[in-house]
Amino acid sequence: MSFAQKHAWTLGLVALLLVLLGITKLIQPSFGASGLESLARAALPFAFATAAMAVVVIVGGIDLSVASIMAVCAVTAAVLMQSMGAVPAVAITLLLGLAMGMINGGLIVVTRVPDIVVTLAMLFVWEGTALLILNAPGGTVHDWLEDSIAGTFLFWVPKALIVMAIAVALVWIPLKRSKLGLSIYAVGSDELAAFRSGVAVGWTKVAAYGVCGLFCAMGGLSLIMLTGIGEPVPGPYLLASVAAVVLGGVVLGGGIGGLLGPIIAVFILRIIRTILTLAAVDPNVTTIVEGTIMVAVVMFGAFLVMRRNKA
Amino acid sequence: MSMSDQVHPSQEETTPALVRLGRFLGDNPVIPLIFLLLALVGVLEIMRPGIISPFWFGNTIKFAIPLAMLAACQMLTMLTAGIDLSAAVVATVSAFVVASVTPIYGPFAGVVIALGAAVLVGLVNGFGVGVARVHPLIMTLGTGLIATGCLQVYQRFVINTGSDIPAFLEWLGTGRTANLPNGLFLFIPFAAIILLGLRFTGFGRLLFAIGSNEHATKLSGVRSWQVFMALYALVGLIAGITGLLYVGMIRAPSLSLANPLLLPSAAAAVIGGTSIFGGRGSYAGAIVGALILTVLGTLLTLLQMPEGARIALFGLIILGVTALYVRLTNAR
Repeated sequence: MSFAQKHAWTLGLVALLLVLLGITKLIQPSFGASGLESLARAALPFAFATAAMAVVVIVGGIDLSVASIMAVCAVTAAVLMQSMGAVPAVAITLLLGLAMGMINGGLIVVTRVPDIVVTLAMLFVWEGTALLILNAPGGTVHDWLEDSIAGTFLFWVPKALIVMAIAVALVWIPLKRSKLGLSIYAVGSDELAAFRSGVAVGWTKVAAYGVCGLFCAMGGLSLIMLTGIGEPVPGPYLLASVAAVVLGGVVLGGGIGGLLGPIIAVFILRIIRTILTLAAVDPNVTTIVEGTIMVAVVMFGAFLVMRRNKA
Repeated sequence: MSMSDQVHPSQEETTPALVRLGRFLGDNPVIPLIFLLLALVGVLEIMRPGIISPFWFGNTIKFAIPLAMLAACQMLTMLTAGIDLSAAVVATVSAFVVASVTPIYGPFAGVVIALGAAVLVGLVNGFGVGVARVHPLIMTLGTGLIATGCLQVYQRFVINTGSDIPAFLEWLGTGRTANLPNGLFLFIPFAAIILLGLRFTGFGRLLFAIGSNEHATKLSGVRSWQVFMALYALVGLIAGITGLLYVGMIRAPSLSLANPLLLPSAAAAVIGGTSIFGGRGSYAGAIVGALILTVLGTLLTLLQMPEGARIALFGLIILGVTALYVRLTNAR
């Protein structure tokens, strides 16, 4: 299989993104570095939520509690930063996210209750935890953290995009090349076959959910870096992340896909929002368009698979 | 049976009590749930003596009815290994449409248009799941988003006409007959149709068959896409009717009226012993599940905990009940 065939879906997404950027430039000739910068900043929490969701979907599960974990991490970091430096606060938050994800995974493995039900219940648990940590929006964020995602680097590349790329790559690239990464794909494509080949299915799942929690923690941190305040109520990241994961070529059921496609899909969904706003379309219509795109893309994907199977 | 008795005469006697209990509960999932419900009511009475009254009883049933009806949507779709994430949005759409159409064209047209919109969303879901083979989670998520957007656009056209809730819906939603909510006049026939329909009609059995093994069902000559179309249209209709009842109960249509019921409705179906992998489930269980969640809500409100602890405990209890259930029945 050639490179183009193997990455057809991702390349298609890149092409779509470029076309959409071109359309944006046509509608708004002044769209440039600052437009890209605000686009990247707005996409940041969505990108981390999508990366988190993608990992668990690849392992064959789904995590309905991503937005709630993000909320817990956001308020924890905001509260911690009132009394300590940014570096230990960030480290503690990342560990907390990892731990929450592993708790999700552990419960799924131990109770043998389906992923969707466990994470549905944990959605409430984490949401409540966030409210217990911080009853109303509050806390503080160190200025240099906020500055780290504001502005551009090398004239036009948004800093937010670089921070996101580095954070995701630092976790995902070593993981994907490790034995654990292979196990994650193996468990996702066929759990029984993976088990019989000697993969520790339970631990792989726990680890995958842990990575999911880690990305959620990054998402929570990016939230407070954007707003400067810890918000205990979960944002609209659950549905958006499922949409972006599916649009990004990860198959529900597991085993297929990566993180690059879903993250490009996040930018596609965000830029469509920008285009519709620039074109002075009713913001409510935007929701309709997003839903339609999601359904249409998935139908198109199913159609492609069907044709390939027939051929 | 007699054969195996001769071969392994001691088999039955050595079966551990817990396993036998598990088998019994697996065959009759409603019984332990009813015990759990009674236990919760008992805890409630101990915490606040005198709270259990005919009025409280009626109130609990009143608030459990919309939840139980939406749980029917989840249960029916879960039987075919699906889920309906658009059910709450559809209920909201139908509630909003009936309240905004009634002042212009009268209550009858309001109800017809509202249910028409609900069935339309259901048909789109059915097309996506049955014909285009999109995962039900994605399909219903997408139609839910689209329907929300349509509702927001629609709202701006009717913002000046005002809203009016038909009198009979208010009667159904808030009225009482002999201390019991009038909603039961709708719910009892509804539950009877679902319970008997699943057991005795061909369509009901097809749902179980498709959920158990869709490929085998297809090979047996069933056109599964037709079943999916009919199922999702029916589920849309149920969600629409729930919206009508709910707007009569709350008496204030809004753009997110029934949306908070979505996750609890899925939880009620799951607690009630419905498998999200399809092929197993009962509506009686889902009804008891809805009652349990409603009583649990009252209980947690009375505990005077911080709101966060209440939400977290709600989640833990859902998880605990399902985990225990899976452990006892040894089934997923």
